[in-house]
Amino acid sequence: MAIKLVEDGPETQSTHQRRRGERRLDFGTAWEYAPAPERPDHVRLRDRYGLFINGRWVSPESGKFFKTINPATEEPIAEIAEGSEADVERAVAAARQAYESVWSKMRPLERGKYVYRIARAIQERARELAVVESMDGGKPIKESRDFDVPTTAAHFFYNAGWADKLSYAFPGRAVRPLGVAGQIIPWNFPLLMAAWKIAPALACGNTVVLKPAETTPLTALLLAEIIREAELPPGVVNIVTGAGATGAALVNHPDVDKIAFTGSTAVGKLIQRALAGTGKRMTMELGGKAANIVFADAPLDQAVEGIINGIFFNQGHVCCAGSRLLVEEGIHDVLVAKLRDRMATLRVGDPLDKNTDIGAINSREQLERIEQLVQVGEDEGAERYTAPCPLPEKGFFFSPTIFTGVAQSHAIAREEIFGPVLSVLTFRTESEAVERANNTFYGLSAGIWSNKGARLFKLATQLEAGVVWANTYNKFDPSSAFGGYKESGFGREGGRHGLLPYLVVE
Amino acid sequence: MAEKRKKNSDRRRPGADYVETVDAPDPVGRLSVKKTWKLYIGGAFVRSESGRYLQTADKQDNYARASRKDVRDAVKAAVAAQPGWAGRTAYNRGQILYRLAEVLEGRRDELIASLTLGGASDAAAEVDATIDRAVSYAGWTDKVHALLGTHNPVSGPHFGFSIPEPVGVVACVAPDRPALLGLVGAICPIIATGNTLVVLASELDPRTALVLAESLATSDVPGGVVNILTGSRDELAEHMAKHQGVRALDLWNIDGEAAKQLELLATENVKRVTRRLQPAEAWYDADECTSLTWLSSFLEIKTVWHPMGA
Repeated sequence: MAIKLVEDGPETQSTHQRRRGERRLDFGTAWEYAPAPERPDHVRLRDRYGLFINGRWVSPESGKFFKTINPATEEPIAEIAEGSEADVERAVAAARQAYESVWSKMRPLERGKYVYRIARAIQERARELAVVESMDGGKPIKESRDFDVPTTAAHFFYNAGWADKLSYAFPGRAVRPLGVAGQIIPWNFPLLMAAWKIAPALACGNTVVLKPAETTPLTALLLAEIIREAELPPGVVNIVTGAGATGAALVNHPDVDKIAFTGSTAVGKLIQRALAGTGKRMTMELGGKAANIVFADAPLDQAVEGIINGIFFNQGHVCCAGSRLLVEEGIHDVLVAKLRDRMATLRVGDPLDKNTDIGAINSREQLERIEQLVQVGEDEGAERYTAPCPLPEKGFFFSPTIFTGVAQSHAIAREEIFGPVLSVLTFRTESEAVERANNTFYGLSAGIWSNKGARLFKLATQLEAGVVWANTYNKFDPSSAFGGYKESGFGREGGRHGLLPYLVVE
Repeated sequence: MAEKRKKNSDRRRPGADYVETVDAPDPVGRLSVKKTWKLYIGGAFVRSESGRYLQTADKQDNYARASRKDVRDAVKAAVAAQPGWAGRTAYNRGQILYRLAEVLEGRRDELIASLTLGGASDAAAEVDATIDRAVSYAGWTDKVHALLGTHNPVSGPHFGFSIPEPVGVVACVAPDRPALLGLVGAICPIIATGNTLVVLASELDPRTALVLAESLATSDVPGGVVNILTGSRDELAEHMAKHQGVRALDLWNIDGEAAKQLELLATENVKRVTRRLQPAEAWYDADECTSLTWLSSFLEIKTVWHPMGA
């Protein structure tokens, strides 16, 4: 067996927190993995994708296309249409027409049955979608296969069931759809975010124009194929690919009744500014800098798993990532030692390899942003530890990294890094933990680790965060509302609350 | 279909009109294979332990006439299946009910044929409404909590919440008409939330209930969740109402003295009784028949107090 039980002697004292003589499993270099790549040969992609407008594939008015690349190889996968203002115009007109003529008039259960069809087709094509998601975005196949795609299907399934039950969601009040929803989604969970947006909108009787992220349009385009195969009336879902300008055209279109945006707080503010005074409805799901609070009485080994998942899931490209670890002072050294040991077992590399824990950073631009913030962290005096993982030669990769000795004033404790970088801070009392956790402009999520139920519930009410995970982290379910406090945005997605942004309550 | 069956029939059944002569079979034709219609208990098709049978009104088929012991066997199967069914995630139960709709859609022709033979006025419309009913309830499984569950803002340092839970095993006497829509419409609100049940099918068209049983058996609904009995309502309803393993009683179109007797028997272990009188056409009112109150009849509410403090 390749795993060794080692006793720390003077030669391993570089991990200074470890107590002398403590035994641990050394996974270091001893554990060999054979490559286990998921084969992409069953995936059928076209060389070039147009825009999906009014149920058909159409060329962009400008004739312009851009390449979407595989961030793990830097090789192009397909050419994607660049939607212009004129294309957005066509898409919104198609959505309006579909809304007026068909979708708003359809019996609610029939609407739901269309959405169920989408859910089923996603389940049927699950493997293909998972592979493409990993190719286009860089996330490990085990995450796209076991999380993104099944959860996507679940969101369609869940919301489909609301279509004929909306009168129960807001008792005593009549509800009706808004009309045309413009939806702009990010690159970190491309297919899942499309589901979070499209599923409730359709179930509530709206039609949509969706703009996927520039670097990850492929699974949304496969979803367009599925929507076509599910025989949705033309124009109910329109997908217009492109970059920031395409999104801006959608935001500024006068015939869009609502904008749903998921992305950075900076862009969210721009959109809110653009919509000020227009009377358009909006929901914003923006950035985060979540505190993951570990008390001394916490089950430490479970906490370690939760911390690792909290920050390294999806390369840390998660708005609710637990990027600020707040540790009760007395267990800091022990916990950090355990974290380092666990980090040494993480495998960074080919997103399509089933053993990979951490895949590729989504884009060169994002990699540079992570590198820059990590440099700032070092410059400001925090102590950096980067796991000794070998990285592939090509592609965008970043080794899992933690900073200890981080002060509240450090940039790495305040700014969203959106990468596999954890900042560790300490606290002495419960009230200090709450104060530190809330000391941020963000308020999307938080984690608490403690054996005391009474404490978990107390803190859950005191933390300014839209989602609080107690002795767990990164849990998502279509039946549960998700969304932020403060500058992490407003509005909720999921659950009964997730319907409200797509309804007029009369 | 009926024509052909009659022609090929070479059996004389007790109780049938006495037929002096049987058409001579076509010497080069094919003899159809007739099915023995059995009870559906614990996921298996079983004859009545009593060995008794009844004949369908169209005289085309025999079916099992369940006994008191069959009721007990069915309740036993429902009791055994209940924790596993309730223990599945609400999402999974929803997918299973949706799967049932898919399977029913696949058996659409067979269901229409059986209903027509059983005397339904518009079998195609009934089957369509039935499939849609299953779809609608598939969407209920994971939503009742959001509507019936509460967070309780109690005075004091406690975090309180109340959540719906299934009542357990339900016994249901289904309406005679519509034989399929009424049956599926009665079953779905009971099983959607994690209950299991024993249901006594329509006396006017029991065969269609058994076609449904075959659909259930080939869907993903686990054995024992739905147990279907055929037989005499006058004979069996009281045993269903009396059984100590049954927690709730769902009675359709039973009125007067019979209803009173069943409700009295139900008091023995304080069964929750739901009793509705509903004309056949009312089953086509989807909004009414998928109402949240139909689900809440078969739910308990559990309140949990948890300390909130240091």
